[in-house]
Amino acid sequence: MDLVDRAVEILRGKMKDAIPAVETFRGETAVVVRPEAIAEACRLLRDDPRLRFDFLAALTAVDYWPDEPRFAVVYELYSIPHRVFLRLRVPLSSTAAEVPTIEGVYPNANWHEREVFDMFGITFVGHSDLRRVLMPFDWVGHPLRKDYPLGYEEVQFSFNHEEIDRKKPYAQE
Amino acid sequence: MAFEQVEVTVDELKHLVSNQALEGETMLLNMGPQHPSTHGVLRLLLELDGERVVNCIPDIGYLHTGIEKNMEAKTYLQALVMTDRTDYLNTVGNNLVYCLAIEKLVELDVPPRALAIRVILTELTRIASHLVWLATHALDLAAMSVFLYCFRERELILDILEICSGQRMMTSYIRPGGLWRDVPAEFEPAVRQFLRLFPARIQQYERLLTKNPLFIDRTRKIAVISGEDAIGWGLSGPSLRASGVDWDLRKAVPYGGYDQYEFEVPLGAHGDVYDRYIVRMEEMRQSLRIVQQALDRLPAGPVRSDNRKFVPPPRSELAHSMEALIHHFKLWTEGFPAPKGAVYVAAESPRGELGCYLEGDGGPRPYRVYFRTPSFAHLQALPILAKGHLVADLVAIIGSLDIVLGDADR
Repeated sequence: MDLVDRAVEILRGKMKDAIPAVETFRGETAVVVRPEAIAEACRLLRDDPRLRFDFLAALTAVDYWPDEPRFAVVYELYSIPHRVFLRLRVPLSSTAAEVPTIEGVYPNANWHEREVFDMFGITFVGHSDLRRVLMPFDWVGHPLRKDYPLGYEEVQFSFNHEEIDRKKPYAQE
Repeated sequence: MAFEQVEVTVDELKHLVSNQALEGETMLLNMGPQHPSTHGVLRLLLELDGERVVNCIPDIGYLHTGIEKNMEAKTYLQALVMTDRTDYLNTVGNNLVYCLAIEKLVELDVPPRALAIRVILTELTRIASHLVWLATHALDLAAMSVFLYCFRERELILDILEICSGQRMMTSYIRPGGLWRDVPAEFEPAVRQFLRLFPARIQQYERLLTKNPLFIDRTRKIAVISGEDAIGWGLSGPSLRASGVDWDLRKAVPYGGYDQYEFEVPLGAHGDVYDRYIVRMEEMRQSLRIVQQALDRLPAGPVRSDNRKFVPPPRSELAHSMEALIHHFKLWTEGFPAPKGAVYVAAESPRGELGCYLEGDGGPRPYRVYFRTPSFAHLQALPILAKGHLVADLVAIIGSLDIVLGDADR
């Protein structure tokens, strides 16, 4: 049996209520996990001697605004002994954008969770050091949210040079 | 958007340093962002007890350019240009991983000739990237001449990239479905010339460093990390293999035709700075082997898929084919749509696992692009590696992780 199928079976056996769906697309399997069970699911996948998903390859999020549930946190796990990827998806509603940290299972989740917090404003409950990592500490807003504008700077030509110059925030006396 | 003043209090940051720092027994020192040994704009807040590093707090984001956000506003093909700019020493490899993700998402096949040329160019880029790493790493450890030799050879590789794409660094040469164009006639002699020349040059570098007692003193038993810890902290690539973990994505999850080539995965035993050096030096030799095999077996044929829904037709067809004109117009104005769904593709960059998570929503623009970059992962292991070492060793440790800040901050 394929290792991914076995992982899904083991997860379903141990925590049936926490796995509402399993999606397959282009040969990749994504297990949908309820937020409160994510740390437990990761621990199970890492410690089970038949699976040993010991490497957290990536951790990111997607914003589906204005749909609900608005966010999905994506965990990309890899098993170095078995050489297989497995994805976990945690859907989150915009009213409760909170998920427990998995720092206790994979230490390197620390910065990845900080990045998701920085870019999407998703809170990781129990995180040891949840600060912004890429944006400046006093930044307002979360840039990768879909309702956050991209922003442009208007190109200066001779005809609009003065107009743009007037709007520039020069230092005041 | 309303701007409000955000204050950061001492209490919020107190947990990052030890209690001695608050009593003034240890010293807090800024290293960077403009420090030559941080290889870019990396700021390290160091807590020092004399010369010893008690705590090291990396502060990144100085090179954050919002590439992921920008890519969401562009078509799949336009966004390709931005991938070059993330890891600016592995430009071809970034194009490759992004194109692999698109090809997986829309199920697009690539002709064998394009695959082979992709492999040649990615491996040459790997050598070029390792040369910059070796040059700066040696320079940090006060070996000035190695820097000059490495940049001399790197120039040969950049010339080859220029022959293919017209650009030395930001090539954007690999495109979804193949390559931008076929390689010109000068390509093969230039690569063969490099293959003839380079093995002797690696020996030259090794003569300068490998048995040099000064170099060994500065690198042996510095920043030792066990294989298990390295996996836990997300190290990948040469930094992980130096700790003895046999994991190379080119072998483990073969992509882009790498399974056709014979090469070995060099491993270290001690997981220190010196072993990371040895592993990377050996990797350059293995890359040469791959390039040699790919060049010897370079198949003839087209370099772009003929699936016109995704790959633009050649210009010559536009004059006499109505259908080609329509495809050309559609692809260059609107772009091609990708189905709803997500894929994750990982490739071995010179630094480690470079992953691309790509999600489509049925439209012509990527709904979400995420790059899992090795430098970001490696930087968060820096505090663990640096603990207890001297400031001078910290310079060697940063060098041995081979970080690129454009890669970490994106």
